[in-house]
Amino acid sequence: MTDSYEIYQEAFRRSTLRDASFTTMSGIELDPVYGPKDGEFPGVYPYTRGPHASMYRSKLWTMRMFAGFGIATDTNQRFKEIIRSGGDGLSTAFDMPTLLGLDSDDEMALGEVGRCGVAIDTLADMSDLYDGIDLSKITTSMTINSPAAVIFAMFIAQAEKSGVPRAQLGGTLQNDILKEYQAQKEFVFPPRASMRLVRDTMTFAAKEMPRWNSISISGYHIREAGSTAAEELAFTLANGFAYLELAKEAGLGVDEIAPRLSFFFNAHIDFFEEIAKYRAARRLWATWTKEHYGAKEPKSHQLRFHTQTAGVSLTAQQPEVNIVRTAIEALAGVLGGTQSLHTNSMDEALALPTEKAARIALRTQQVLAYETNVAHVADPLGGSYFVEALTKELEDQAEDIFAQILEMGQGSMLEGCITGIEENYFQGRIADSAYELERRFNNGQRFVVGVNRFVEGNDDEDLATLTITAQDELKQRERLAKVRQDRDDDQVRQSLEVLAKEASDPEVNLMPALIEASQKMVSVGEMMSTMAGVFGRYVESVSI
Amino acid sequence: MTETALRVLVAKVGLDGHDRGIKVVARLLRDAGMEVVYTGLFQTPETVAIAAIQEDVDVVGLSMLSGAHLTLVPLVVRALRERGSDIPVVVGGIVPPRDIPLLLEAGVAGVLTPGASGESVVTTVKEAAVSRQF
Repeated sequence: MTDSYEIYQEAFRRSTLRDASFTTMSGIELDPVYGPKDGEFPGVYPYTRGPHASMYRSKLWTMRMFAGFGIATDTNQRFKEIIRSGGDGLSTAFDMPTLLGLDSDDEMALGEVGRCGVAIDTLADMSDLYDGIDLSKITTSMTINSPAAVIFAMFIAQAEKSGVPRAQLGGTLQNDILKEYQAQKEFVFPPRASMRLVRDTMTFAAKEMPRWNSISISGYHIREAGSTAAEELAFTLANGFAYLELAKEAGLGVDEIAPRLSFFFNAHIDFFEEIAKYRAARRLWATWTKEHYGAKEPKSHQLRFHTQTAGVSLTAQQPEVNIVRTAIEALAGVLGGTQSLHTNSMDEALALPTEKAARIALRTQQVLAYETNVAHVADPLGGSYFVEALTKELEDQAEDIFAQILEMGQGSMLEGCITGIEENYFQGRIADSAYELERRFNNGQRFVVGVNRFVEGNDDEDLATLTITAQDELKQRERLAKVRQDRDDDQVRQSLEVLAKEASDPEVNLMPALIEASQKMVSVGEMMSTMAGVFGRYVESVSI
Repeated sequence: MTETALRVLVAKVGLDGHDRGIKVVARLLRDAGMEVVYTGLFQTPETVAIAAIQEDVDVVGLSMLSGAHLTLVPLVVRALRERGSDIPVVVGGIVPPRDIPLLLEAGVAGVLTPGASGESVVTTVKEAAVSRQF
C-alpha cells in the first residue's frame, strides 16, 4: 500500500506548474505544502487539503464575475468588459421573470424585466447575449434553476448556430432545484417534476457534453437565506447526495455523474469558520461518495467548488467599507482552496453594481492572486489546532444533520430532501437561524460596523448607483413582439405539441424537444407554461 | 388607540423570492405583540389589497428586494385606495436613498432600508398605524 505522502509526491511531480516564482517577497523559497509526512495531503483522499496536489501552483482560481442586467445587448457589453479586464470566466445573472420562466410581456413580469439580471425570452436574446464571444474558448456559468433545461437548450441552440458544436461547450448550469424550495424560492413546478428535468439535463450532458458540469449544488442561497455555516454545509451536501441517487435511478453510474457535479458555497464574514467549512465539505464529500455511494474514481471523490462572497454581509451604510468585507471573505475562499470566485461589489446593498464597483471587486481578487503570495502554498491553515478542530466540529454537525435527513427519507437522501421540503424542515431551520442572528444584532451581541456601531460618516454623500430604467422593459417587450411576429407560428405550435406530449411521458428525455423548440424561436414562457400544463405549479405552504 | 393588538399583513409582491427579511420582520412584529399575517410569495397588488381588507389589518408591510419597488409599490397603494381602504403601507428592503421620496410621494407611510434595527421596524409600523387615525 502506498501512503498519502508518496501519492501526493507522484501527483505533484506530474502536475504542470504556472510560470511564477514561489517565494516570499523577501526571497524565501516556499514548499508547495507543509505538514508531517504521515498527515493529510492535497490531491489525496479524503482531499481535506484540496482536490489537486499542486493547487494554485498549477492554476489560480477562475475569477468568475457574475453579471447580467437590462436587455441582452447591455449584458453582452459588460461581458466583454469583464473579459478585457482579465476576468476569465463568464457567469450569467438572469432577471426574475426569466428565473421563473415568464416572458417579458407577462403580466407578472411588470417592473421586473432586466432588473436583477438580463432578460432572456427567445433564442434571439441568447444570440445577442453571447455575440462576439467564443463559446469554445471561455467557460460559461448560468445561474438558472426552474427553467434550467429550457435555458440550457437555448444556449446549446445558440452555440451550434454560431458554429460551436455542443461537445465543445464548457461550463456550468446551476440547475440545483432542491435549494430553490429550501431557500432561494424561485420555483415553478412541484419538486418531483422538477427533479425529472434535472435528470434529463444530467443524462443529456453525460452523453453529449463531456466538458459540461450539469449541476452546481449551491449552499450560497441557503446561507444568504439565514442558515448557519453547518446548515449550509450539510443541506448542500445532502442535496448533492440526492442528485447522485437521482442519477443512479436514471441508470447512470456514480463515477459517471459525480465528477460532473460541482459546488457553490458562500464566503461569509466569519473568516476561520468559512475556511473550516470548505475543508469539511471536501472531506465529507470524499468519504460519502466512496463509502456510501461506492464511487471508485478519484475525480468522483474530489469536491470542487465556486465561492461568492456574502451579499448579506454588505451594508447600505458607508458602502465603501464593503470593499474590506469582501476582501476578507474572498481571502477565506482562497485559503479554503476554491476553484473559482465571485467578489461582490460595494454597492450591492443599494442596487445592481456599477461598472466601476464591479471592477474594484475584480481588482480585489487580482490583489489576492498577484500581490499577496497567499496562493503559493496549498491549504496554508491545515495543521492549525484551531482550524483542524473547527473543521472536525463542522463535519460532526453536518453528520448529525445528514442522519436527520436520512431518517426523513427512510434511508434515502433523495426522499429525505424532498420530504424535508414538503414538511418545511429546511425552510424552518433556516428561518430560525436567521431570526437568531437578527436577535443577536438587535440585543447588541453582534456588531455590524456602520450599522449598530461606528455610525459616524453615515450621512456622507450617496454612492452613484446603476439605474435600470423602465425603458429597458419597454425595449425588451418590443424585441419580443418582433420575434413573435417574424417566426413561423405553425412551427411554434408543432414544437409545443411535441413538448407537451413528451413531458407527459416520464421516460422521455425532454432536452431534444427543448432544443428544437428553441431553434423555432419558441419563448421561455411558452415552453414553461406548456410543461406546467403537464406538471402543475408548486405553491409553498406559508409559514413564518 | 384601542387596547387590541395591531394587525399587520406582510407581503411579497411580484416575483422576488427573497423571504429572509420578511420572515424575520414577521417574527419581530409578532414578538412585539402584533398579530401578523404573511401572504406568501408571488402576490399581485390586487391580491395584497384584497387580503389586507379581508384580514382587516392596521398596516401593510411590503418586502421588496428585486428593484421593482417604484413600479409595484404605488400599484399596491392604488389597489387599496381604489377599494376605499386607507390602510397605510410600509416598505422594507433594498431601496436606494433617491427612491425614498418617490415612494413617500406615492403614498407610502414609511420606508425601512437595510440595517434597520428591530426597534425601528416596530416603531415605523406603529407610527404608520397611528397616522391612519388622522
